[in-house]
Amino acid sequence: MSDRVTVAKTYKLYLGGAFPRSESGRTYPVTDARGKFLANAAQASRKDLREAVGAARKGFGKWSGATAYNRGQVLYRVAEVLEGRREQFAAEVAASEGVPQKRAQSLVDTAIDRWVWYAGWTDKIATVLGAANPVAGPYFSFSVPEPTGVVGVLAPQRSSLLGLVSVLAPALAAGCAAVVVTSQNRPLPAITLSEVLATSDVPAGVVNLLTGHTAELAPWLATHADVNALDLTGAPPELRTDLERAAAGTVKRVLRTPAEEPDWTARPDIARLRAVLETKTVWHPMGA
Amino acid sequence: MTWEYAPAPESRDIANLKANYRMFLDGEFVEGAGEPLKTVNPATEEVLAEVSTASPADVDRAVKAAKRAQDRVWGRMPGAERAKYIFRVARMIAERARELAVLESLDNGKPIKESRDTDVPTAAAHFFYHAGWADKLDHAGFGPDPRPVGVAGQVIPWNFPLLMAAWKIAPALACGNTVVLKPAETTPLTALVLAEIIQQAELPPGVVNILPGAGDIGAELVNHPGVNKVAFTGSTEVGKIIQRSLAGTGKKLTLELGGKAANIVFDDAPIDQAVEGIVNGIFFNQGHVCCAGSRLLVQESVAEEVLDKLRKRVATLRIGDPLDKNTDVGAINSREQLAKIQELVASGEDEGAVRWTSPCPVPDKGFFFAPTVFANVSQAMRIAREEIFGPVLSVLTFRTPDEAVAKANNTPYGLSAGVWTEKGSRILLMADRLRAGVVWANTFNRFDPTAPFGGYQESGFGREGGRAGLEAYLDV
Repeated sequence: MSDRVTVAKTYKLYLGGAFPRSESGRTYPVTDARGKFLANAAQASRKDLREAVGAARKGFGKWSGATAYNRGQVLYRVAEVLEGRREQFAAEVAASEGVPQKRAQSLVDTAIDRWVWYAGWTDKIATVLGAANPVAGPYFSFSVPEPTGVVGVLAPQRSSLLGLVSVLAPALAAGCAAVVVTSQNRPLPAITLSEVLATSDVPAGVVNLLTGHTAELAPWLATHADVNALDLTGAPPELRTDLERAAAGTVKRVLRTPAEEPDWTARPDIARLRAVLETKTVWHPMGA
Repeated sequence: MTWEYAPAPESRDIANLKANYRMFLDGEFVEGAGEPLKTVNPATEEVLAEVSTASPADVDRAVKAAKRAQDRVWGRMPGAERAKYIFRVARMIAERARELAVLESLDNGKPIKESRDTDVPTAAAHFFYHAGWADKLDHAGFGPDPRPVGVAGQVIPWNFPLLMAAWKIAPALACGNTVVLKPAETTPLTALVLAEIIQQAELPPGVVNILPGAGDIGAELVNHPGVNKVAFTGSTEVGKIIQRSLAGTGKKLTLELGGKAANIVFDDAPIDQAVEGIVNGIFFNQGHVCCAGSRLLVQESVAEEVLDKLRKRVATLRIGDPLDKNTDVGAINSREQLAKIQELVASGEDEGAVRWTSPCPVPDKGFFFAPTVFANVSQAMRIAREEIFGPVLSVLTFRTPDEAVAKANNTPYGLSAGVWTEKGSRILLMADRLRAGVVWANTFNRFDPTAPFGGYQESGFGREGGRAGLEAYLDV
């Protein structure tokens, strides 16, 4: 053991590729599972959220315009960098979730493997969900899945990293951009994840992570006209119906999510990819 | 030279029109407890028939019947057996195609050539296509043994009454769900003949229930706690109301809503073909089409040529008796819709767009609106932003492909789009960049049961048709 005083990290927002404090100047204390102080996290405001949506819209153009192969490589790169920070994540997950170190390590490993799983989907999902449509006429018709746009995510409240990865990675693999409100009380692994994203060639704005009070930020995310889909996994149960109602104002796709946070260690299927993809059908006549 | 046409009316006797129609509940045609409605021929304003409507209690009975049928019979039946019932329906629609076409044109006002060549055959095709899925769902990409959702509550519009019923009922049945469907208030007749077909095809009682009524009955249906899945086709306004009212219920929802499609013509397009496509895009079915090409975007260098040719071509469209085989544009479906079109057209004139209306003769009786083209339209005008749902085209111009994309995508909708150009690479680029669920290149308004259809953004979510369309009716 060294006597050296450690350099403590300032936890900030991840917005448009940068790490600003909340424009509101607010922070809130984050504690570990036993109530011991860990850090002050930025408490994002409505204005931060709107800026994040703006940044996500810009990021979406770049990300959805990249080739599927390129997106796959970038996402795989994220997994590489995650792997390099394995110990740090395990420590943060253990502190945040109050699980033993060994369990935390296993959750981190599953999160990294999940990221790799989704990274591999970028250039396969169109084959699986797309089609050449055998229409009854002299036309060539094909259907391709396309990312729905900006996805608003209320991240799982309990599972600070694996849960977050399980909801964020499919949105990115599908080609969407995301505005994520992190777990309110367990935000630190999310912020560390944003540092990984910032150093993995994910274009600025594609992922925006806001720490803060979920109940305060959620209504603005649900009503924002430039958010195309809404994932209410981490929504406060008492607000869920109101948020769904608000989402109807701009016909948002509201993901079908279970009322209780699921067991994130279970093997995923492609439902979360499907939920943030649109099907586009193109027709052209055939003839000499 | 001017072409003269002798009248060529299809006989209305073929429709086997009855004085009274009753709702179809639990396998029987029964009198509904709602206020009966009178359905009107929009081309003549005469009453065609009296139709009994459902009361909230009838909705409850129908949903319960559907639930029973789903639990005890339809949901348990092997897919291969379900398939044979659905095939029967497809065949019987084809057998009664002429009758259905004439009845559709009487009740809806659409030209007989459209009901005969599009609505009815495509409805039969939808049943035929989906019948084949019933025993192949394991292979549809939703995992092994995907389960049905349960009872589907479906509300459909008046623009393609039989075809929309087919789009809704066929996939629901194939996936093992049972159905309570509410046809539109102004066009209930063909759905009730479809009910007759379903009865004759001996589908078990309760598998399909058809309950005419107005919007309040639609609301009753979608909000009934026994309904597990809601499918709605109609306006974005009502779609939002439904999505809002379903919040927190966990019901599965798909919406196919309004649109304001851009039909983009580049300077290298085959202009004569494009003009045909523009005409089809906006005047097909009197423009009562959610995916109508209602915003024409023409490249500036050919704008005058295109507009000239377009006006000449539109002037030849024949408007009138929907039963006449030579009619191109039939009747507006209702007085309310006609008023809405007139109001929006007046706003176009007030906002400074240049109106041109076809000089074609228009019948004095019935609800008709002559094909109209607005030039000098700017993006801010209501006629460029709002869905008119009538034979009214707004023309805007652009200079570069980027500008065309920006203008086309400058809408909260995203149902369809059209592109006209001879350049293959440009077609593919445009198809990629247009934010719409269907892109027609060098064609327009093509539909097929194998081709998924549905919108982006406020044009709704979920798809109808193809493998993708099954998702709406499976618990996946």
